[in-house]
Order: sequence, then C-alpha cells, then structure tokens
Amino acid sequence: MWKFFHQLASPPHYYRLAAILIPWLAVPGLLLIAYGTYAGLFLVSVDYQQGDAFRIIYVHVPSAYLSMMAYVMMAVGGGIGLIWRMKLAHAVAAAAAPIGAAFTFLALVTGSIWGRPMWGTWWEWGDPRLTSELILLFLYFGYMALRSSIDDTAKADKASAVLALVGVVNVVIVHFSVEWWSSLHQGQTVFKKGTMDADMRVPLFAMLIGFTLVFGAMLARRLRTEVLYRERRTRWVREMVLAPEGGK
Amino acid sequence: MGNYGAYVWSCYGLVLIVIVLSEWRARVRHKQVYRDIEVRIKALEEHQ
Repeated sequence: MWKFFHQLASPPHYYRLAAILIPWLAVPGLLLIAYGTYAGLFLVSVDYQQGDAFRIIYVHVPSAYLSMMAYVMMAVGGGIGLIWRMKLAHAVAAAAAPIGAAFTFLALVTGSIWGRPMWGTWWEWGDPRLTSELILLFLYFGYMALRSSIDDTAKADKASAVLALVGVVNVVIVHFSVEWWSSLHQGQTVFKKGTMDADMRVPLFAMLIGFTLVFGAMLARRLRTEVLYRERRTRWVREMVLAPEGGK
Repeated sequence: MGNYGAYVWSCYGLVLIVIVLSEWRARVRHKQVYRDIEVRIKALEEHQ
C-alpha cells in the first residue's frame, strides 16, 4: 500500500499512470452526469413549493460541493508540500485551483439564477452563504494571481501554500454559515433525513458522484501538465520526448 | 418547465460551457507545454 503511494508521488510514474487513469474517471463520470441530468430534468416530479426551478439543484449542489472540496485539496496539498516537501503535493494544489475557481463561479451563478424566481433577487449582500462563497472565489483568484506573480516555482509553492492554508478557514465558514447565522439560503438538505424525496435524491447522488469523477479526470489532466512543466529539465522528460512513441 | 425554463436551461447550459471550456483550455495548455519542451530538447540535441 505504502509502496503504491510512494510510487504515485514519483512524477514520471504519475505522468504515465494519469494517462491511463483519465478515461477511467471521465467515462463513468460523464455517464452518471448524463443519467442525473436526464432524471433531474425529465423524470423527477415537480417540487410542490419551488416548481421546476428546483431542478437547478442538480447542477448547483455538485458545483458548490466541488468548490469547497477543491479548496480543501489545495490546502492539504500545500500543507503536505510545506511539511514533507513533496513536489507532487504542491503540483496538486496548483492544478486544483483553476478547476475549483470554475466550480465556485458555477455555484455562485447557478445559485443566483435560482434565487431570482425563489427569493425575488439575483443577489443578497447580507447573506452569509452567498458572501462567503464569493470570498472563496476571490481566494481562488488571489491564489492563482500569487502563483503567477512569482517566477521561482519553489517560492511560488511556499507562498501559495500559506495562502491556501489561511484561506481554508473560509471553507468552514461557507459550510456552516447557514447554521451559524440567519440566512436566506436553505439549511442542510442533501444528507438530512426527511428533507428530500428518494426520487429526487437518487439523481442528485448520481450527479454528485459524476461531478466528482469528472473533477478527478480534470484534475489528473491539469496535474499531468503541471508535472511535465515542473520536470521539463529532467532526464525522464528528455528520454520520453526523444522516444519514437513520445509521451503526449 | 413551467415558467422557469429560462432559469433551468441557462444553468445547465452554463455548466456545460464552463466544463467544456475548462477542459479545452487544459488540453491546449498541455499540448503547448509539451511542444515547447520538445522544441527545446530537439534544438539542444542538434546543437550537441
């Protein structure tokens, strides 16, 4: 088991393994999303309070969950990189940032679109969930801006890891904001008993798993590029590029 | 979709566009990085 993780942390091993891994994550993920979308849009009954607008949750909830998961991944990657100086951990954090930012943007926009017919407003500045999620988006932007402003990769890794670790407090605030403060946003629904009908819940779980698998494939692809860039002066990259079959 | 069609479809459409664009950008960046490395290594090989 430890040997597997040790090998996985080796850049050349990861680079080759990821090429095999990506379709195994992407294909089942896309199939689950296809099922979840079809069921969520056409099979599930209309919600008695929200009407058809509730169908937005099938894309909003997975986006919101991934927006937080990607940031936690960045913080964990940054922390491991700082403590154990594992090169791949910093690369994971760097690769996760743009994907996390994309899902945070989607969570904010789909939430806003849902809010217009349900709350009568696109945005509410006083709402803790909305505001903390917007801060999360700014943290992603700050993280990426900080990385791109430092030419030295090792220094960029350290500085951005500190930002990721400090900013992870905001993920806790995003998650618990609906419980700690009065919020327009509804409270915990997905994992709470009796809040959702089973017919509505099954496509949502399919979407959650599907989005997670697709996120994994997207991360694996970006991480492959990050590894290639960081290792561009190493022997294994030179040998791979010069090999007749290449290693794209 | 009742009166909510525009809200629902725009959300699903936006998610599709953002995921496809993100993946496309990642592929382009990978090809670019690989090509840059390839050019540099082959130039070095010829020089030696």
